[in-house]
Amino acid sequence: MEVEVEETRLPGIGLRHDFVTAQGRRIGVISQRNGVRHVVLYDEEDSDACAATVELTLEESEVVAELLGAPRITERFARLREQVEGLATEGLPIAPGSPFVNATLGNTAIRTRTGASVVAVLRGDEAFASPTPDFRFRAGDRLIVVGTKDGVSAVRALLASG
Amino acid sequence: MNPTARLLLELGAVLLGLGAVGRFAGRIGLSPIPLYLLAGLAFGTGGLLPLEAPASFFATGSEVGVVLLLLVLGLEYTADELITNVRRQASVGMLDLLLNGLPGAAFAVVLGWGPLAALAMFGVTAISSSGIISKVLTDLGRLGNRETPAVLSVLVIEDLAMAVYLPVLTALIAASSTASAVYSVLVALGTLAVVLIIALRYGDVVTRFVGARSDEVLLLRVLGLALVVAGAAEAAHVSAAVGAFLLGIALSGEVAEHIRGLLGPLRDIFAAVFFVFFGLSTDPASLPSELLPAAVLAIVSVATKLITGWVAGRRTGVGPAGRLRAGAALVARREFSIIIAGLVGASVIPAFAPTVAGYVLMMAVLGPLAPRLVDPLARRLARQAAARRADPPAKKRSHDPRPRPSGEPSDREMS
Repeated sequence: MEVEVEETRLPGIGLRHDFVTAQGRRIGVISQRNGVRHVVLYDEEDSDACAATVELTLEESEVVAELLGAPRITERFARLREQVEGLATEGLPIAPGSPFVNATLGNTAIRTRTGASVVAVLRGDEAFASPTPDFRFRAGDRLIVVGTKDGVSAVRALLASG
Repeated sequence: MNPTARLLLELGAVLLGLGAVGRFAGRIGLSPIPLYLLAGLAFGTGGLLPLEAPASFFATGSEVGVVLLLLVLGLEYTADELITNVRRQASVGMLDLLLNGLPGAAFAVVLGWGPLAALAMFGVTAISSSGIISKVLTDLGRLGNRETPAVLSVLVIEDLAMAVYLPVLTALIAASSTASAVYSVLVALGTLAVVLIIALRYGDVVTRFVGARSDEVLLLRVLGLALVVAGAAEAAHVSAAVGAFLLGIALSGEVAEHIRGLLGPLRDIFAAVFFVFFGLSTDPASLPSELLPAAVLAIVSVATKLITGWVAGRRTGVGPAGRLRAGAALVARREFSIIIAGLVGASVIPAFAPTVAGYVLMMAVLGPLAPRLVDPLARRLARQAAARRADPPAKKRSHDPRPRPSGEPSDREMS
C-alpha cells in the first residue's frame, strides 16, 4: 500500500512530514533548517497533539535512517521465499578455504551445473543485486541463491568442494 | 576611584547579576526577560541600587540589542515563505491585528492619551513575541503539533505588519505638523518598499556580499552591514529595527544559518542589555500607579489572543483542543512592545513607558505559562471530541450517563 505523506511548511523553522500508519498512529518528522530533526509521535486521543518528541542531530538521524532501511533487502528475500512455492532461497557463505574465493561468477558456472541462480551477493554492508558473470567472489561473501530445493543444496556442496 | 575601574566594576556586577537571575528563571521554567526588566528598574534612577557609570554603555548597547534581535528574527524567514504566507493567511492576520490592537488603542483613548499614543498602544498589544513563542513551542515539544503551523503563520504576518507599522509610527513621532507627518510617512513607506523589494528579489546578491570563509570576517561584515542599514533606516525614519529585520530576510541559505549560529550569543547579551536599559530608563516610583490599568489590559489581551488562536486553528482544521493551545501559545508579548515604548519615550505621555513596562512584565510571565495552564482544559476538550467521534449523538448510547474512565478513549472500548 502506498503511504501518503503530508508535507507542511513551518515558517521560520523548516518542514514537517507526517502520515498515519496502518495501525492508525500518526507519526512525523520535523526537519529544521539547521539540520536538527525531530521524530514526533502523535497522541492517540488528540491526534493534533504530539505525545512524544525526540530530537536527533544530523548524525543520529542518519543512524536511524540506516537502521530502518538496511534490513529491507533481507526482508524482501524472506517474502520471496514465502510467495513462490517449491522455490528455495538461501543465503550461502563463501568460507575462506572455499575454491570459489577469487573465482568469477561466470567461471563457476553455478546455474549450468545446479539450475539455481545467484540473484545477489552480500559483502559486509553492501549488497550487489544481479551480479554479472565477471563478478569476482571474495572470502566472506554471502550468496543469495534461488532455485529448487535440490538446486540450492547442490550449490552449497559446490561452495565447499568446488 | 578611577572612572575606568568604576565602569568595569559596575558593568561586571550587573552582568553577573543578570547571569544569576537568568539561572534562577531557567530553574523555575520562566523566561528571564521579566527579571531583566526588574533588574533594570532596581539599578536605574530612583531604584534600589542606582548605577552611574555604565549608563551610556547601556544606552548604546540597547540600540545594538534591537538591531541584533530583529536581524536574527529576519534570518529565520526566507522571502519565499513570507510571500506565500501573506497570500494564504492574510485574513487571519488582519483579524489578529485588529482584534488585539484595537483594545490597546481604546485603552489609550479612554485614558485621554491622544491619537499618537493610541496608535502606539495598538502596536504594543497587537504583536506577539515570536522569540518567546518559538522557544516555548520547542521546549514543550509542540513543534510537531497540527496547530503549530497556524500559530507560526500568525507570527509571520505580525512580523511583516510590524515592518510597515514601525516606520509609520517613527515618522509620525518625528513629524511636527500634519503636513510634515503625511510627507514623512510617505517617504518612510517609499523607502520601506524599495528596501523590501531589494530584500525579496536580490537576497542572493546581499548574501554573496557578506559571505566569507572565515567566521571572524563574516561576523564583522554582517554586524557592520546591519548597523549601517539600521542607521540609514533610522535616518529615513524607517526605524533601525525594521532596517535590521529586512537585512535578515535578505540573507538566505546556508550563510544565513551559519550567521544565526554566530550571532546567537552576541544577540543574547545585547538583548539582555536592551531589556535592562528599558528598566533603567523607567522610574520605579511611577510603576505602582500604572499596574492596575496594565493588569486590565493584560487580561483583555490574553482573551483576544485566545480568540485569534481559536479562529486560526479552526481555519487549518484542527480540533478544539488544538485551537485552545494555538490561542494560548500566542499570548506572549515582549520585545516589540518595548521597542515601541522606547520610540514613544516620555515625551508624548509620561505614563506611557511605566504602563508598558507593567504590561510587558505581566505578559512576558504569562506568555510561557499560558500554554502549560490551558493544557488540562485542552485534554478535556480532546477527550470530549474523541468521545463524540466514537459515539455519534444520533445513537442512543450518547445519552448513557455512565462516566467514562478517564484516560481511556472510548473508541478503544468499542473495538
